[in-house]
Amino acid sequence: MGLLDQKFENANVVVTTMDKLLNWARLSSLWQMQFGLACCAIEMMAASASNFDMMRFGVIPRATPRQCDVMIVSGTVTLKMASRIKRLYDQMSEPRYVISMGSCSNCGGPYWEHGYHVLKGVDRVIPVDVYVPGCPPRPEALIEGLIKLQEKIRNESMAKKKAV
Amino acid sequence: MIETPQKIIKTSTGRSLRTEEMVVNMGPQHPSTHGVLRLEVVLDGEIVVDVVPHMGYLHRCFEKHCEHMTNYQQVIPYVDRMDYTAAMTNELAFVVGVEKMLKIEVSERVHYIRIIMAELQRIASHLIAIGTFGIDMGAFTPFLYCFRDRERILDMFEATCGARLLYNYMWVGGLSHDLPPGFVETAKQFCVDFKKTLKDLNDLLNYNEIFIKRTANVGILPKDLAINYACSGPMLRGSGVDWDLRRDDPYTLYHKFNWEVVVGKGEVGTVGDVWNRHMVRQREMEQSVYIIEQALASLPDGDVSKTIPKRIRPTPGDNYTRIESPRGELGFYIIAEDSVTPYRIKARAPAFVNLSVINEISKGAMLADLVAIMGSIDIVLGEVDR
Amino acid sequence: MTAQEIYDVIKAQCGDAVLEAKLENVLDPSIKIQPEKIHEVAAFAKNDERLQFDYLSCLSGVDYKGKLGVVYHLYSMTFKHKIVLKVEVPTETPNVQSVESIWKTADWHEREAFDLFGINFIGHPDLRRILLPDDWEGHPLRKDYQTPEFYNGMKVPY
Repeated sequence: MGLLDQKFENANVVVTTMDKLLNWARLSSLWQMQFGLACCAIEMMAASASNFDMMRFGVIPRATPRQCDVMIVSGTVTLKMASRIKRLYDQMSEPRYVISMGSCSNCGGPYWEHGYHVLKGVDRVIPVDVYVPGCPPRPEALIEGLIKLQEKIRNESMAKKKAV
Repeated sequence: MIETPQKIIKTSTGRSLRTEEMVVNMGPQHPSTHGVLRLEVVLDGEIVVDVVPHMGYLHRCFEKHCEHMTNYQQVIPYVDRMDYTAAMTNELAFVVGVEKMLKIEVSERVHYIRIIMAELQRIASHLIAIGTFGIDMGAFTPFLYCFRDRERILDMFEATCGARLLYNYMWVGGLSHDLPPGFVETAKQFCVDFKKTLKDLNDLLNYNEIFIKRTANVGILPKDLAINYACSGPMLRGSGVDWDLRRDDPYTLYHKFNWEVVVGKGEVGTVGDVWNRHMVRQREMEQSVYIIEQALASLPDGDVSKTIPKRIRPTPGDNYTRIESPRGELGFYIIAEDSVTPYRIKARAPAFVNLSVINEISKGAMLADLVAIMGSIDIVLGEVDR
Repeated sequence: MTAQEIYDVIKAQCGDAVLEAKLENVLDPSIKIQPEKIHEVAAFAKNDERLQFDYLSCLSGVDYKGKLGVVYHLYSMTFKHKIVLKVEVPTETPNVQSVESIWKTADWHEREAFDLFGINFIGHPDLRRILLPDDWEGHPLRKDYQTPEFYNGMKVPY
């Protein structure tokens, strides 16, 4: 029997705000869009495979944008791909988050100067919440980025009105 | 746009039914395209009539970058990023080519370390290919086994040069670092352990009844067609062509080691089908382990960075060098003028050439088989688009 | 066969198509062919009993500043010999015969050379851009290429 089971053996009451409850639920099951672009996609795969096991954070790769909460842009965004990324982002349901993984999607990376077909940063097309630096970032770095995103979600409020 | 002709068929009750072919887009975001490839598939019901691949979603202007570098060594990081699952072999192809033009001879230790690294990289690359192919076929467990062992290889690379995926390790004239202390023991232990994984993969995936049902006799690529399309690597050997550049157009010191060229034999299915291509990869890993064991046993002493030149200025001319990368014949056509900047570098990417045959071998297959065929070609889009 | 013997065989069959040859003191011996004769020479090189160049390793476009070139790396799986064929055309009229009907692998290589260099391959069944988008302007691997400021509303330079 785990610790929680012992605590909740008898009838109990937990007091919290609705915001905190919703945020806790949202940040514990961040479904990720399975969307590999380039080199970083291999590290993203490694992050969800045996040694790093991203699923313990509730991050499950899904193949369709409709079921996803977070899009990890992993790799170089080319001009040909940019419009497709925009379309996929638009198909995701709100609230949605974007992690830009790797130098290429942050700012163009090693292709910043002569890459005539490379978009110099995915934030020129879609808004980005967390930037993970590295070329490619280690899986630990990607997990750190996810934890940062979870922190951001924890401090959000669904009920309060947002400034437009 | 592809035209879709209409036709009328009769149902069992005698009613006439109008049918037409359907165009389905696979990709650029699709779990089984292994990257950003788009396939325009024309379907007659579930039967594939025509496949038109659209690439370029990852065209990162590799060749333009080469022409702007101020040194040949600066090209190496870009070469890494071309085929990102097999960065070591890419570096090897490039440095062998430039060394040939400069007429530099590197020490025996450098050759040995390069071979060890290239073969470890071949195993790591094939592990990704087999693992993701398993996922495509609906088997998730082999993927975890593959990545578990791949991480051990990456740890060895990381101890050697500090990077997990893109190494910048082989330089023109030598290596950036010597092997770290304890590398040889770790690698030897890995070779022992990895043989067990190979057996596990056979039990889990390769001789699994469901897997064989899905892959045997699917996407058959005949011998002459494979040569005419200039397929190479496991694609060519899976079709029964006994051909490996490590043996047939030797580079570095591969001729010193005992190993076999793995050819698809067709014990399950037909020679040239998806299963045989897949098994070539599986057995190549075994051969790579043998090569690594031999190289580790007789690793000579020496300096690894003595011959690295300060400025590289090859004599004007051109040269085409090719090596056997995990995907096949990886070639670099380098044109040098009297300058420190390369005039033109063309990469002959094996995945690009292997992919061009997809239309021929998937005609008449079912839509679900197309996923199997794609997985067996083992494309890396960074290399297809460059 | 050595490069000299290969050259002799090709020279004897299609003598007027051969412009010059570099066989000595180079890493890869090469033969320069007239652009309007390359299909004939390639077909001969593939089908001849003595040559049997059945494997087109690589086909590259090159910008020689003022001229455009195509380089063919041929290999014979049977005899394990190789030769390089080269073709040069003026940049204004870059017309080269396609070898797609001889080696199927040339299909995508030629499309790539068309895409990045603007070399027009006569007789190619489906000559369109392969890597860049269809509405891209210019051929980026030409030496005088200028990177565009905008593409479809997206800023291209850093």
